[in-house]
Amino acid sequence: MNISDIVFLIFALVTVASAAVVVFSKSLIYSAFSLLFTFFGVAVFYIFLGADFLAATQMLVYIGGILILLLFGVMLTHRLYNLNLTTERFQPVIGAIIALAVFFSLSLVALQTQWKVVEDKELEPTTSKIGQAFLQEYLLPFEIASILLLVALIGAAMLVRRRTDI
Amino acid sequence: MIQLQHYLLISAALFSLGVFGVLTRRNAINVLMGVELILNSANINLVAFSRYSSSGIDGQMFAIFVIVVAAAEVAVALAIVLTLYRLLKTVNLDQAGELNK
Repeated sequence: MNISDIVFLIFALVTVASAAVVVFSKSLIYSAFSLLFTFFGVAVFYIFLGADFLAATQMLVYIGGILILLLFGVMLTHRLYNLNLTTERFQPVIGAIIALAVFFSLSLVALQTQWKVVEDKELEPTTSKIGQAFLQEYLLPFEIASILLLVALIGAAMLVRRRTDI
Repeated sequence: MIQLQHYLLISAALFSLGVFGVLTRRNAINVLMGVELILNSANINLVAFSRYSSSGIDGQMFAIFVIVVAAAEVAVALAIVLTLYRLLKTVNLDQAGELNK
């Protein structure tokens, strides 16, 4: 067991444990802040997998964008003097049964299948390759994604504006 | 030695935790957090298969598009949650059954 295995194990534990806190914690604020550690752990996995650009994107978009939006959502939908922002759960037994069934079937598939693995693939910086792929092979999905973001922007602004402004 | 199966197991754990959160949480924002966990686990799978197969960076491209769609999704979903809060003064999903009455 060398040093990178130990680092990987630590980050795997941190990621799964903080995801468990996200799901099981009673406090919304605790959930939101432990989601930060989950996103960070996923970014570390991307670095382990040689996806440097994707790790940076994960940090910028998820931690810098989505997490902040979720925190804004928590703050805007509760009265600020109500400091214990708690949340209840319902149908926990059925949910636990379905989640455990999903976990066991997925891990059975992952462990039983004979994957055709290429072990010794050399890792190199991916940013220039991703840029080239965006402007050649993936040009149409790239444009569609930009239109999707524009539509989401306008739609979100339309949805939250006050009705008296019409 | 880190292998493909380790990534798949971590991703399965994240996915089932996300499913549990989506199924059992009552607060809409907590449900959104569960959806984010599910999308992240799918992304780990895509990037891991891209690393351990002979194809190029196609898996990473897919993961980038998943991130784009997740960003758009969370913006629109939070707009809907804020509108719901303004209408009903609650974000609990089981009380948002106006069409069911």
